[in-house]
Amino acid sequence: MNSNTYMEVSSPHIHQGSSTKTIMRDVVIALTPTLIASIIFFGIRAFIIVLLSVISCVLGELLWQKIFKQRVTIDDLSAVVTGILLAFTLPPSVPYYIPVIGGLFAIIVVKQIFGGIGKNFLNPALASRAFLIATWPAIMAKWTLDGVSTATPLELLNGSSADIPSLWNVFIGHTAGSLGETSALALIIGGIYLLYKDVITWEIPLSYIVSVFLLSLVFNKTSTPLIFALYEIFTGGLLLGAIYMATDYTTSPVTKKGKFIMGIGCGVLTCLLRNIGQTPEGVCYSILVMNLFVPMIERHTVPRTYGEVR
Amino acid sequence: MVGFDILSFIGGIHPPYCKESTEKRPIERLEPPGIVVIPLQQHIGAPCEAVVEVGEKIKKGQKIGESKGFVGAPIHSSVSGVVKSISKMPHPTLGECMAITIENDGLEELDNSIQGESLDSLSSKELIEVIREAGIVGMGGATFPTHVKLSPPPGKEIDTVILNGAECEPYLTTDHRLMVEYPDDIIYGLRAIMKILNVKRAYIGIEDNKPDAIEKMKGAVSSYRDIEIKVLRTKYPQGAEKQLIEAITKRQVPSAGLPMDVGVIVNNIATAAAISRAIREGMPLIERVVTVTGGGINEPKNLLVPIGTPFSYIVDMCGGFKEDVAKVINGGPMMGLAQYTLDVPVIKGTSGILLFTSKEVKSHEEGPCIRCARCVDVCPMNLMPLMLNAYSKNRSYEDCGKLHVLDCIECGSCSYICPAKKPLMQNIRIAKREVINMRKKQAKAN
Repeated sequence: MNSNTYMEVSSPHIHQGSSTKTIMRDVVIALTPTLIASIIFFGIRAFIIVLLSVISCVLGELLWQKIFKQRVTIDDLSAVVTGILLAFTLPPSVPYYIPVIGGLFAIIVVKQIFGGIGKNFLNPALASRAFLIATWPAIMAKWTLDGVSTATPLELLNGSSADIPSLWNVFIGHTAGSLGETSALALIIGGIYLLYKDVITWEIPLSYIVSVFLLSLVFNKTSTPLIFALYEIFTGGLLLGAIYMATDYTTSPVTKKGKFIMGIGCGVLTCLLRNIGQTPEGVCYSILVMNLFVPMIERHTVPRTYGEVR
Repeated sequence: MVGFDILSFIGGIHPPYCKESTEKRPIERLEPPGIVVIPLQQHIGAPCEAVVEVGEKIKKGQKIGESKGFVGAPIHSSVSGVVKSISKMPHPTLGECMAITIENDGLEELDNSIQGESLDSLSSKELIEVIREAGIVGMGGATFPTHVKLSPPPGKEIDTVILNGAECEPYLTTDHRLMVEYPDDIIYGLRAIMKILNVKRAYIGIEDNKPDAIEKMKGAVSSYRDIEIKVLRTKYPQGAEKQLIEAITKRQVPSAGLPMDVGVIVNNIATAAAISRAIREGMPLIERVVTVTGGGINEPKNLLVPIGTPFSYIVDMCGGFKEDVAKVINGGPMMGLAQYTLDVPVIKGTSGILLFTSKEVKSHEEGPCIRCARCVDVCPMNLMPLMLNAYSKNRSYEDCGKLHVLDCIECGSCSYICPAKKPLMQNIRIAKREVINMRKKQAKAN
């Protein structure tokens, strides 16, 4: 037997096989039902907006990394996810330059300037949406459904309740709203897939949704509090935010307790913004605000080490 | 059997078992090699000193190395023959170590000292002496001298003994086969341990992916009311001492503490079998069962191997390499140590020899941490591996200490699960070493 030299590396010698890419691929798969729903309800235009946003994000990342001679990471698919999520927060009637500008802003200003994947402190898609709302407020608040200008269910809920779409239409997504926020059904299907694939854990979505449900019962001004609370959950991007955005790895706590704080914090802020603030929506800003608290939450929720006596 | 009676712990991972190729293969006795290389250190503690000389003719089972300190275990020859040299040789866990090379004369002449006794005729003190003289150490891999473990300091009340038959490392099937083929030896050794510690309650923990072993062991303990088989969920690291104790007794060993702090002493299945042989046959620990497996070996086997047998000889006796072997591991894939050469010998702690092909060890490019929190979720010690890794790379060892880096049991679950393929375990190990050094210096300064 000859004395070959063999690989000497530290244990463990096996790996589960998942990678950033497989995780992001699962997120894309999970978002597909919602994409299909948005095309069904808003037409081919929805698909074009998503496509432009994704291309803008991926090219933005590629360009940045080429210019600054960094390792190109577009094959990890995280920019694709950001692109889809950003497009999902846009009204279906936006002109095509909006997703392009939004994508560049999300990737370059929010993500890459702070060090790229794992380093940004705000959710890129949501921060970009906030930027777009501030810059093009009219465009970002123009809702259409079946070719007709209308209001979103949340706007209607806060105003005269005459034309509120049925709970069923709100559940399947046949209602006015951002591209990817309207179909609760599709969002939930994708969420179950992500839970099954261990891509996300249940703490943030559940604590977020439950706290919005309970607080909506408190804020209720109608004669049917349960129905009101269900509307609050199925509309206004709440499921999109709770399942796909508040759970964003980089901008949510890694500790179990921290995840509950994140979810409940988002829920409380969402209800306050929706019911006390002047804007009907609250998901986007509540998640962005909670993003800022993540480092602090993490510092104060370090788990008790096994066998530690405090 | 599905349901609430299956015990476990919080955290952990589910690697594929990879035990199919050897779990059904009976233990075969390996034809002893022409030459054995027996390292003078095969345990935690002070190394042994040789008590034989070059050229001396020795017998099988004869003591050839004696340990000076209490924490240490003597070493015996696994063959009869002539001492060829006493020199530095490759060692599977220490890199290099003084070792006695013996040329086997093939006569298998037993040393005169080897005489059987019985459990009833020996006192607790005498039993401990038998175990010490037989050079028995923890055979799960940690190789802590067993007689030391069985001599708790006064004041430590021990009420429970646990035998570890979890064998949670993928690929390895040595404990599994021992339980299927030698259940009575294991129980005999366990009864000796119970007698030594004067303990009236014992458990044997076995993962639920070994139903045949569970059945055999249940049969073997049916006449003992004080020994119970506990079925454990198959999850890594179920066989880690603290996780095993908590699963079975619900007691949590305190941070920086020992199992005896919660009244428990844990021994490996194989250690109990070795104790049985030492008492009944007077045979010291000169051979052990080794699982030889992995994609790179032609005939995977469970072998009873004389201590000191070179890996290269074992590979030859298992039909040689099948494909290009890229990695050789002493132990399991999660905690085992990669070897640079096949010249290393089997030692008392060698539970397996894994031969991985280049396909099985494809190296991963490390990416940035995406803060997915999987390492936090799987850590059985509730640590924050991503933070420890970052602090370690920053050389902020003080912060590592504050985050309890020393509680890490080095199970490797964090590295296994990390999608960014960060070498978390490796960096945490570095931090542990640095923190220990730092604390030693501080203690000296004070």
